[in-house]
Amino acid sequence: MNTTVNNKPSLLRRLAPLIIFAAIAALFMYMLNRMNQGEYNPRSVPTEFIGKPAPVFSLPNLLDMESKVNSSDLLGKVWLLNVWGSWCVECWREHEFLLELSRYRGVTIVGINWRDEVADAMNMLQRSGNPFTHIAYDPQSEAVIEWGVYGAPETFLIDENGIVREKHAGAMNEQVWQAKFASYFR
Amino acid sequence: MKSVIAVIFLFMTANSFASTIETFKFENAEQEALYQSLIVELRCLVCQNQSIADSNAELAQDMRRKTYELIMAGKSEREIMDFMAERYGDFMLYRPPMEPMTWALWFGPVIVLVVGFVFAMRLIRRQEKTAVTEDLSGHDLERLKELQSETAASKQPGEKKS
Repeated sequence: MNTTVNNKPSLLRRLAPLIIFAAIAALFMYMLNRMNQGEYNPRSVPTEFIGKPAPVFSLPNLLDMESKVNSSDLLGKVWLLNVWGSWCVECWREHEFLLELSRYRGVTIVGINWRDEVADAMNMLQRSGNPFTHIAYDPQSEAVIEWGVYGAPETFLIDENGIVREKHAGAMNEQVWQAKFASYFR
Repeated sequence: MKSVIAVIFLFMTANSFASTIETFKFENAEQEALYQSLIVELRCLVCQNQSIADSNAELAQDMRRKTYELIMAGKSEREIMDFMAERYGDFMLYRPPMEPMTWALWFGPVIVLVVGFVFAMRLIRRQEKTAVTEDLSGHDLERLKELQSETAASKQPGEKKS
């Protein structure tokens, strides 16, 4: 008699797989939703540079290959470093906003043109305008590796002492600007 | 049609090989061995489940070249690992240092194994227990026979054929 009772699993026992499944499904749904909202990016890697001195670079100037763009020339200024390429869709998307920043809000933006063809990069600037005060040409990821960048666009904020203060991976827009960057330019 | 597809695949594979394998010139065998061991220990940040040895991503190519350059500059394995981790974080290392942040990573599999083992042992024990209770006592055996003969008697004669 006793054994027959024991062999029949309780209701909770029988429902356990379903409950576990439902819990996991709910977790997935929650995380996917956060990904869609842009609140969570599973591929993002925390940057190592916040609060540390910005890596230096000295690369050819895209607009004048004879000369160089040196990051050390910018000491004493608050500036943005923007990694871009004409092959990068999100870079086209943020371009309008970068123009707004440089033309109407007086923000210094230095571009790193990453793994691009000179002709393609120039074409993009001619078609959409140039928001950059200097553009460093980086076809072999020299500066990109120095800065721990693994995707474009990526934007860093460097303060007047040459310390990296903020980083944003992905297209820049008003919302991101207000949340992370605007306070440094007031 | 099939041969066309086969040829296309042939080209695809040939192409992917061409883009992964660069030929670097090393001064000695140790340098080359160090290079080979490093590129499988470093993660490609673009396709995050591949090492920079496996990855075709352009950044991985550049990272392999950087690794090569650092080796040729006389850097040690530790120094090159640190160089990458300083820029991309410990995430770049397939074997990150042991610290509170990575405990789950290092000990997780062992814990899962132990929990699974305990669970399996309990399951096996319980099955052994039920197997014992199936050894029926004399009284139950009699009752079983009784029931069997009852069901046999209640069946219609013609039923067996179907």
